[in-house]
Amino acid sequence: MERLKKLWRRQRVDVALTLAGAAIVLLVLFMAVSAPILAPYNPIVSVDDSLLPPSPKHPMGTDSLGRDVYSRVLYGAQIILLVVLTSTTVSLITGSTLGLISGYFGGAVDRALSVIMDSIYAFPGLILAIAVAAVLGPGVLNTVISISVVYIPTYFRMVRGHVLSVKSRLFVEAAKALGASDWTIMTRYVLPNVLVTIPVVFSMNVADAVLTEAALSFLGLGVPAPTPDWGFDLKNGQRNLLSGYWWPALWPGFFITLLALGFSLFGEGLNELVGGEA
Amino acid sequence: MASLRAYILARVLLTIPMVLILLTIVFFIMRILPGNPVLAMVGMKASEEQIKTLMKELGLDKPLWQQYLDYLWGLLHGDLGRSMIWGRRPVLQEIWDHFPATVELAVAGFTVSVLLGLLTGSLAAVKRGTLLDAGLRVWGILAYALFIPLLGMFFQLVFGVWLHWFPVAGRKNPLIDVPTITGFYMVDSILAGNPWGVVDALWHLALPSLTLGIVLSGIYTRLVRTSMLQVLGEDFVRALRSRGIPESKILFGHVLKNAFIPVLTMMGLQFALLLAGAVLTETTFSWPGLGTFLVERIEYRDYTTVQGTIVFYALLVSTVSLIVDVIYAYIDPRIRY
Repeated sequence: MERLKKLWRRQRVDVALTLAGAAIVLLVLFMAVSAPILAPYNPIVSVDDSLLPPSPKHPMGTDSLGRDVYSRVLYGAQIILLVVLTSTTVSLITGSTLGLISGYFGGAVDRALSVIMDSIYAFPGLILAIAVAAVLGPGVLNTVISISVVYIPTYFRMVRGHVLSVKSRLFVEAAKALGASDWTIMTRYVLPNVLVTIPVVFSMNVADAVLTEAALSFLGLGVPAPTPDWGFDLKNGQRNLLSGYWWPALWPGFFITLLALGFSLFGEGLNELVGGEA
Repeated sequence: MASLRAYILARVLLTIPMVLILLTIVFFIMRILPGNPVLAMVGMKASEEQIKTLMKELGLDKPLWQQYLDYLWGLLHGDLGRSMIWGRRPVLQEIWDHFPATVELAVAGFTVSVLLGLLTGSLAAVKRGTLLDAGLRVWGILAYALFIPLLGMFFQLVFGVWLHWFPVAGRKNPLIDVPTITGFYMVDSILAGNPWGVVDALWHLALPSLTLGIVLSGIYTRLVRTSMLQVLGEDFVRALRSRGIPESKILFGHVLKNAFIPVLTMMGLQFALLLAGAVLTETTFSWPGLGTFLVERIEYRDYTTVQGTIVFYALLVSTVSLIVDVIYAYIDPRIRY
């Protein structure tokens, strides 16, 4: 308790940022989970006149097809969280495994993998995702693949760097001298050291992936219609926005940024709290 | 100078495998295309004969390794193939038609982002520890999390639809006639001695570049703040203060200049983000640049053009990062180790 108080005094802003980020993420998670209960209407059918302004009956108005924007926003939380969390987890597992192996064993494989990962890393992520999505076509699984490809190098580089620095430390040397196997050393000594930084990197990565998912949907390369999808709904509403009907576009757009902000705040705050390594 | 030349040589040699890997990745991504691109092009009703001819023309009947070598060989000669639709123009020519619009937007957006980053970052550093500092820190995070199309549409709504101050789409007023010389409207207007052309180009650039610039400025805000604080704590600042030099002169004459160096280093890394951001900005504002072009051709399944454009992006990124690194090595000899 005393330690927490001290933490609060010294890093008030960081604690506030982390908590605010967590609150936002939990809010969107709540929206996704309780969408079937909270949504007043079916999100994919026309329930009223088109382009009705926000009112008690339709808190966020209706879109050009007469669908309830509020219901679509609630259900949209499901799809973006599903796609983003799945793809970043795939990147995390793939990238970390490759980084661990590459860093630990070194040699030609390490050099080759590093060059490949660095090349991908240097390329604009969104454009890479667009290329993959364009080839695979729309769909949930294809979007997941397109996004996860982009972020594999992030984890590869992080884990590999960690492994290289841990590998030369004395306790690993000692374990090796005592006859520990490669597997034991990796899982028992190297991995725990890497795991500390993962929450920070992961949440910042998720923030970025939220924007990438939304971008793919916005460009028509994401989940196909009529599934409620924030990025796609934003694009779809642009025509009406230019005639002054802003609500079908700006509400889903607002939640894209809110979700990305939530993960960013959480990651940033946490990074400062754990000592700013990432 | 000898060491600079050695550095440049080493850096060029490092770029070659990177470019080759990117080109290979693009090639293989395009070949795992589900469905036959030729079929999509000529339609389902095409005869067997027609399909075969076209496959042959595009070189798709050859074994994969041969296709790969042909592809690299073509690239070496600046040949990105021909578009599959509308007059089958060479892809490179189409890219050059759209490239100036992207450069214009990128330069303008970049300028906005650096100016905004310098302003907010130095403000936060000077007011360190205050509420303003905390607010600007949140602003830096928020700016990064802003979804470009959302911010763009917000500007379109407020400054276009409601206030009628700025156009919401396109690059220029079709009524203003400026001959195309370089493809950069601003430059062309100056060359043609048409001041209205310059004003018109800037007027159309305003909302897109503001959108792109704000989103990219978040990183600079933080960077400038950190490096300003570092410089402010150095001995030479104390020396200046002890001599009674006015604080504003210290800030603008000395500190800002020194704090700018890490920002310079970041600029090269930011280039990839700038390009990706430009794709979204362009599609939001119907800006006829490379990004809009790429997305449009994906819709038409014009796959040679899509491949060519991605390759162009890859070459662009590699070249720019090479140039930027060489410039740093020139400015800062420490980089040449």
